[in-house]
Amino acid sequence: MYIIIAGGGKVGYNLTKILADKGHEVTLIEKDKTRYLELSEEMGDAVLWGDACEVALLRDAGCNRANVVVAVTGDDEDNLVVCQMTKAMFIEKARTIARVNDPKNEGVFVDLGVDNTVSTTRVIDALIEEKIESEMLMPLTLLGKGNMEIIQVELSKKSKGVGKKVKELNLPDETILIAALRGEQVVVLKGDVELAADDQIIALTTKENERKLRKML
Amino acid sequence: MAKKKKVIILGCGRVGARLARSLIEEGHEVIVIDHNADQFRRLGEHFPGKTVMGDGLDIDVLAGAGIEGADVFVAATNGDNTNVMSAQVACRRFKVCRSIVRMYDPIRAGAYREEFGINTICPTEIVSDLIQREIGEA
Repeated sequence: MYIIIAGGGKVGYNLTKILADKGHEVTLIEKDKTRYLELSEEMGDAVLWGDACEVALLRDAGCNRANVVVAVTGDDEDNLVVCQMTKAMFIEKARTIARVNDPKNEGVFVDLGVDNTVSTTRVIDALIEEKIESEMLMPLTLLGKGNMEIIQVELSKKSKGVGKKVKELNLPDETILIAALRGEQVVVLKGDVELAADDQIIALTTKENERKLRKML
Repeated sequence: MAKKKKVIILGCGRVGARLARSLIEEGHEVIVIDHNADQFRRLGEHFPGKTVMGDGLDIDVLAGAGIEGADVFVAATNGDNTNVMSAQVACRRFKVCRSIVRMYDPIRAGAYREEFGINTICPTEIVSDLIQREIGEA
């Protein structure tokens, strides 16, 4: 694919490298002369100096044959204009992806025709939320009407269950421990098996008992 | 006087401030937004309109300024992209679709006028055409 990236900050720079390594043809556009010189020293012709909001520069970059245009500058208004100009002046079919610096702009960008948006704030927030929600406990499959689930719990050295036999655990109702992934091995968790640190426990439980199980392990 | 209008002006530079004062004189309701409060000095000492300090791209700032129900949105900051984005936000989010957008870049101004139906005014075009005409007449 031919990919144009607007904005040669850390995101744009690393994205260019990753995509080029994967064999894509990539052009990176950077507005700041000093930064451009730094980038072109390493990446040569793959970097263009100029304002990606200028139609003339997009044309020089070969925007008319681009499959994807990614705008990752630190200014939302610039990212929006790059995406809109690409579609309006070059190819409507090109996929446009914009970095959204202010999460409030995500919806706005989609309304205004940008195909995909990426908000760092939102991504990090989602990761944190997910971490807190599951805390080493990852639902693998939902069974029945979604009430029963098979989950994975990672034990740390500090976990309460470590060193205890399965039968000594006071498991919540409707809960069984199925197996432990221990290094390369899979240990079936019968009553006499002792839990160890770093075990990845696979358990069957209900949504309601998920938290109880986590607490006691 | 024509019907009293509620006008939001983003950017209190020379253009925004002058426009704000004239519209007030004509009896319109004017709200001026600028991220730099110092700029409001351009409006004179007893400006009877409302001034709002904040980022015109921030939907909360626009909402707080009372954009809802405005008749016209004018984007006159010195950033073309800020202007054209805020005008689109004004229309999509706040249903204020009558907007006038200043854009210095003639190509972008033309593209947004033709492809997006946005009322852009390009001082670069206007001024250079005027100068050219003056030269022709000299």
